[in-house]
Amino acid sequence: MFEAIAFYMFSILVIGMFLIVVFSKNALYSMSALAGGMIFISGFFFLLDADFLGVVQIIVYTGAIMAVYAFGMMFFDTTRDVKENIRFKKIIYTLSTLSAIFVIFILLAPVYSGKIEALYPSIQGVGNIQMIGLILFTKYLVPFELAAIMLLAAMISGIVLVKIKMEETPTDIEVAKGEK
Amino acid sequence: MITLTHYLVLSGILFSIGIVGVLRRKNLLMLFFSTEILLNAVNIGFAAVSKYYGDLSGQIFSFFIIAIAASEVAVGLGLLVLWYKRSGTIDLDSLQMMKG
Repeated sequence: MFEAIAFYMFSILVIGMFLIVVFSKNALYSMSALAGGMIFISGFFFLLDADFLGVVQIIVYTGAIMAVYAFGMMFFDTTRDVKENIRFKKIIYTLSTLSAIFVIFILLAPVYSGKIEALYPSIQGVGNIQMIGLILFTKYLVPFELAAIMLLAAMISGIVLVKIKMEETPTDIEVAKGEK
Repeated sequence: MITLTHYLVLSGILFSIGIVGVLRRKNLLMLFFSTEILLNAVNIGFAAVSKYYGDLSGQIFSFFIIAIAASEVAVGLGLLVLWYKRSGTIDLDSLQMMKG
């Protein structure tokens, strides 16, 4: 009962938030709505007994990714409304409707085929976080290490792309400004 | 009673909202937001399948998807800032460099 109430409440909230993200004219509003939607999505993970994933969703998505977006938006002028010239409206909406129908078919196909079996069944009586640790560090150890390397590369590329010239330290720039 | 189909339908709805965003928005920042919506919709689907079939692989996959989303944001936003410094706009139409 409570599960159903929570499910429907969170679905309405998440769908509303994401509709604001997609249809809002102001970049700041849509970023705030996206952050709210991320937090509500973590509610689904707690409902699905995926405690670790819910916590990671809050920490990584809302804490890290949205913070990076907020810092990135300092570079752009976000107070003005986003101007877009949209042509070919009919084609866009037809394509989106068609692709949505295809996605629903793709998602429903395995449910009705009934041939899915658990590859690595979870052990009874072991907590979710403990079980994730067991699986992540045995069967998925190589992808885990590769993800670590990928995150390192992404961090370095992020720094290199946005940096001011490294040979000019901030004090040098201030001294140059003072001389002017 | 909430079944797996409920979660999958919700995931499909969120995914189509994201697709509408990707197709409709011309601002590159909004395109990034829509991509995040797509990734999150898939995450919900993975977590739901992982619960109802008693297999934790789905949760591990959503974990990796979150890691990929984080690195995508770092690289993508860096490139976006670079493009904004160079061209002064983040409109998608400004990227038509190969126009003859």
